Amino acid sequence: MEWINVILQGVLVGGLYAMFAAGLSLIFGVMRLVNIAHGDLIVLAAYIALVTTQTLGIGPLTSLLIVVPVMALTGYALQWFVLNRTLGDDLLPPLLVTFGLSVIIQNGLLTIFTADSVKLQAGAIEVATVNLGSGVYVGLLPLLQFAVAVAVIGGLQFIFYRTALGRAFRATADDPAVAQLMGLDNRRVFALAMALSLAVVAIAGVFLAVRANFDPSQGPARLIFGFEAVIIGGLGSLWGTLAGGLILGVAQAIGAHLNPGWQILAGHIAFLVVLAVRPQGLFPKVRT
Amino acid sequence: MTAPDNVRVVFTTRSSRIGMALCVAGLVALAAAPVWGGRDDLALLSEMYAYVALASLWNLLAGYAGLVSVGQQAYVGLGAYVLFALAILAGISPLWAIPMAGIAAAAIAVPVAGLVFRLRGHYFAIGTWIVAEVFRLTASQISALGGGSGTSLPAAVIVALAPSRQLRDFVEYWIALALVIATLAFIVLLLRSRYGLALKAIRDSELAATCNGIDATRTKVLVYIATAFGTGMVGALIFLQKLRISPDAAFSVNDWTAFVIFITVIGGIGRIEGPIVGTVVFFLLRQTLADLGTLYLMMLGLVAILVMLAAPKGLWGLVVARFGFSVFPLERRVVFDEAPAAPESR
Repeated sequence: MEWINVILQGVLVGGLYAMFAAGLSLIFGVMRLVNIAHGDLIVLAAYIALVTTQTLGIGPLTSLLIVVPVMALTGYALQWFVLNRTLGDDLLPPLLVTFGLSVIIQNGLLTIFTADSVKLQAGAIEVATVNLGSGVYVGLLPLLQFAVAVAVIGGLQFIFYRTALGRAFRATADDPAVAQLMGLDNRRVFALAMALSLAVVAIAGVFLAVRANFDPSQGPARLIFGFEAVIIGGLGSLWGTLAGGLILGVAQAIGAHLNPGWQILAGHIAFLVVLAVRPQGLFPKVRT
Repeated sequence: MTAPDNVRVVFTTRSSRIGMALCVAGLVALAAAPVWGGRDDLALLSEMYAYVALASLWNLLAGYAGLVSVGQQAYVGLGAYVLFALAILAGISPLWAIPMAGIAAAAIAVPVAGLVFRLRGHYFAIGTWIVAEVFRLTASQISALGGGSGTSLPAAVIVALAPSRQLRDFVEYWIALALVIATLAFIVLLLRSRYGLALKAIRDSELAATCNGIDATRTKVLVYIATAFGTGMVGALIFLQKLRISPDAAFSVNDWTAFVIFITVIGGIGRIEGPIVGTVVFFLLRQTLADLGTLYLMMLGLVAILVMLAAPKGLWGLVVARFGFSVFPLERRVVFDEAPAAPESR
């Protein structure tokens, strides 16, 4: 029973990791850009949520109505004014520029908010639990977070395969030159992809902020969790990314249960094992 | 296939002859720094040497072999921990522990390469970072070396290095200088060898290089391991000077990778001179702006972004484009002698 509980908690946290991963995988898929600042943007979203809830006196879930558009606009502007200029055959420029952004965001947050860790208060929902029978209780908030993660992945899947925007994403990903010939403005498609990615980041950031304490230095670790989920799940598959997040969450939960110091390490080891045994990931969509 | 008699391949140019002469003069002046400099000067110069060495090694990896790693802190920290372990647990002199740290780093790099080389491009970059995180978390589980809070080098180990404090400063300074010279010499010789030619061919077109019989993966793995060897030794030296180690400091992604990448890009990636120029700029910024704290780091990130967008070949790239000046004799030039020899009858 104890183990069922551990695995269940891991699965629920895994939903959050899948949200970290979905934004990362989306922009890599569309424009072959790995955003090193991804984790720092998640933490930035968490701080924006903190400021919004404190100044407007609204709850964290309501604050999504403000944080998501703000982050999406940030993403659009970031891609339009900065990142579009780094794209090309060379992989160093986008990597270096997002690395620079990561340092700027981290130290900017440190200057404004100090290194003290903070948390979003969500009120009564934080302690509400659901009884799943035979002694297994689940927090309402983690359950909600998991449901949102599944909805986000499903929503992205829908956008990608059922809408004109998704068709533009896929066309540009397949062949940017031909996509442009067909009348797509690649710069705009990329900016929209980044906006969508940061909208997902905003949701992930708010749930991160409600779930646990956070501080400006936490970004890189979130990037790594997201990245691990992408690789474990397999490139190019959104549902695979969700599975990757769950596997990472469960591995960490098992590690933490054995020894509190092993939580993060267990996740990394699960990732390295997948890399060694099945480098294409568990549910790859693209065969290369 | 033999080359025609009247054709030679030369490396040296007029600028590289002048450049090398200036380099030798500069090195003599730097080797004599204990005579003209104070304790602070030696410490600052040593730190600069460490960054020149780290940035040159990263430049070899990313600028020449096309392996953009953001996980070189793995080998800095590993080298440092090996030095501390050998000195504290086995009583080995730090002087011997430095090369052993390099060997340990190279040995670990072999299985690590087996894993991370399964990833390409950006994914390789983040994969190396995760390996460094695994090292950091593992180091914080080693209670004999202080676990997560780290440990200090015992006074006896330091005292054994040299009889007086002044002499110890000198010894550590000269080790740092020797290490950076050895690193640069190794890179220059490597690039002048046929491996260097292979690396440049791979960088320009991996497909074409492979078609000409170059084993691209093998060449890259060898460079990765050699870089780990050098990085491990530099890491050991850095923490010998710091006297204190902790997992977060030894495996810091900002100190040992972000800054190193910024230095290389600001100076000029893919050129030997780049990391040297970049280190000078980095330290000038730091000495003048360090009081600003976090604001300084934000400015550093901003400068790196601006250089990448406006002058992707870095400051030294601008110099080369403007004056065609090159300090290190690396580029191959084919020279046709004046009087062509008469065609041989075979």
